Amino acid sequence: MIKTIAQAALAVNEKLKIRKNSIKNGSGKTRLSIVTGIHGDELEGQYLAYLIGSRIQENIEFLNGTVDIYPALNPLGIDSITRGIPLFDLDMNRVFPGSKEGTMPETIAAAIIDDLHGSDMCIDVHSSNIFLKEIPQIRISVPTAETLVPYAKMLNVDLIWVHDSATVLESTLAHTLNSMGTKTLVVEMGVGMRITKEYCFQLLDGVFNLMKNIGMWSGETVPVREPMISLNRSVGFVNSDAAGIFVPCAEFGEHVKKGQLIGRVLDPLMGKTAADIKAVCDGIIFTLREYPVVYGGSLLARILQSAEKNGEEAEV
Amino acid sequence: MTKEIIYTLRSPYRENLDVTAFRFGKGRKAAAIVGALRGNEIQQMYVCSQLIRELKKLEEKGQISPDMEITVIPCVNYYSMNIGKRFWTMDNTDINRMFPGYDMGETTQRIADGVFSYLQGYEYGIQLASFYQPGNFLAHVKMMETGFTDKELMKLFGMEYGIVREPRPYDTTTLNYNWQIWETKAFSVYASATDSIDKKSAETALEAILRFLYNTGIITRKIRSGYLTEIIPEANIAQIHSDAAGIFVSSVSIGDHVNENEIIGKITDPFDGETISLIRTNFPGIVYFEYNASLINENTVCFKIIKE
Repeated sequence: MIKTIAQAALAVNEKLKIRKNSIKNGSGKTRLSIVTGIHGDELEGQYLAYLIGSRIQENIEFLNGTVDIYPALNPLGIDSITRGIPLFDLDMNRVFPGSKEGTMPETIAAAIIDDLHGSDMCIDVHSSNIFLKEIPQIRISVPTAETLVPYAKMLNVDLIWVHDSATVLESTLAHTLNSMGTKTLVVEMGVGMRITKEYCFQLLDGVFNLMKNIGMWSGETVPVREPMISLNRSVGFVNSDAAGIFVPCAEFGEHVKKGQLIGRVLDPLMGKTAADIKAVCDGIIFTLREYPVVYGGSLLARILQSAEKNGEEAEV
Repeated sequence: MTKEIIYTLRSPYRENLDVTAFRFGKGRKAAAIVGALRGNEIQQMYVCSQLIRELKKLEEKGQISPDMEITVIPCVNYYSMNIGKRFWTMDNTDINRMFPGYDMGETTQRIADGVFSYLQGYEYGIQLASFYQPGNFLAHVKMMETGFTDKELMKLFGMEYGIVREPRPYDTTTLNYNWQIWETKAFSVYASATDSIDKKSAETALEAILRFLYNTGIITRKIRSGYLTEIIPEANIAQIHSDAAGIFVSSVSIGDHVNENEIIGKITDPFDGETISLIRTNFPGIVYFEYNASLINENTVCFKIIKE
């Protein structure tokens, strides 16, 4: 059933509507919410939302509970290739929990929270932005790790990145829901403005595995992979110190050695290499720059330090 | 006056971004004033340019107090200004959400770090700030309630109103907030406009900053007295939202006194011109913010009223 969970009139003959597809079967009370499209340039979740909805509807007899799919929390952004909310130049994932008495983005955010609150589990699917490609991963802040890591392991991702919490992130959808007791997992995968089918299918298997584990799916599932977990492992950040055009020579997902050449920043005008880019630690490249133009500071890669190096600081 | 490039960023094809500071006087780091951190903050840059003109004259006349140094950074993000963008040219990030910055981080974190490192140690920090919505403010001074800065200090600007804001999570990466955490007494001065120059409110802001510098003993030239500033918690400002969408017409101006239930604007249908909403105040008070775009969506803040 399609439901409009929030709406607001736009200036000329149009309403902004946030909609969900609520799929229900059986007597089970468990409710899973799949949300995506907070950032209008992140599209991996579009295909995943379709795949989940399609598979459930074709096999509805195996569902015992409710799956709510919210494919576009920022519909204006998705329709206009805009990361934030058009008109406001505002990152929608910095306005939660919103306010019923606030501005349009805040009232929309508050209505979204109202609707999601009470789910037994929520999965917030992000892509990377247009600049970086990410392996399928779940990001969890340290304070919620104990609760969420067991569920994150069910989702068939390659990496669970447990990171420090930052005050500024308290305005995110995931933080708001987790602090209200609605367990929320944040997925990052692929690259902005694109769909990576293999990642979507990988996560699709994970979502059904999780549904089975929480007792709302009795259909066939496939075994899921054991993710790397960043706990006690350093993450090496490779940022450019030069400006120019980045061309990688290491592969995404490749195991690299500290000091290994992973790419070059080139100066096309002079026909010279502006900088050799080297791995800052041994490990796996789980983030790699996709968009070639770089300034000083542009993130080029993230490397998850090898497990055998536990306890040592990566030089970053 | 000394002019100094405090941070340089190379670009693949543009000239370097050279963030430039103008320093006046010598000695103790007394006050730092920062203008445009965003590409649309034309008014904020303009106020700083006028301040630099005034400080040059004061320095020539020996009217900057001994052992006092003042720094003005008129514009940080002129790369975006030159191409008509508000946020950073490449990734659309906001430099004023990157403080205190990180010298090994992303581009805008590095810019924030370069600027913030230079701004360390000043007793007072003043930022010419802007608001994300299209609209005009009554010129005022604002500070975040961190417990570090005495809000009574806002009275030294002599502006009509001093607003106290409770910081929200997303405020914690702004210049103003981090200045305070690093023990600079920090204020934001709002000079009404953003994308274009409003000379009258620019003069109000300029005079207020000079008055503050005089009242704190940093300059010796007396500036005429201003208002007896009324300190107001932000919670005492009523927001009036549009209850319809269409063409917005205001019937008041910022600074006007309005009565309870007074009609202060209307929204008309964009196709047939009929009035679809009359906007009324819930409280008597002073119009402090007025939305100034022609088209308006539902649930948009169209006025803010300082309650009587």
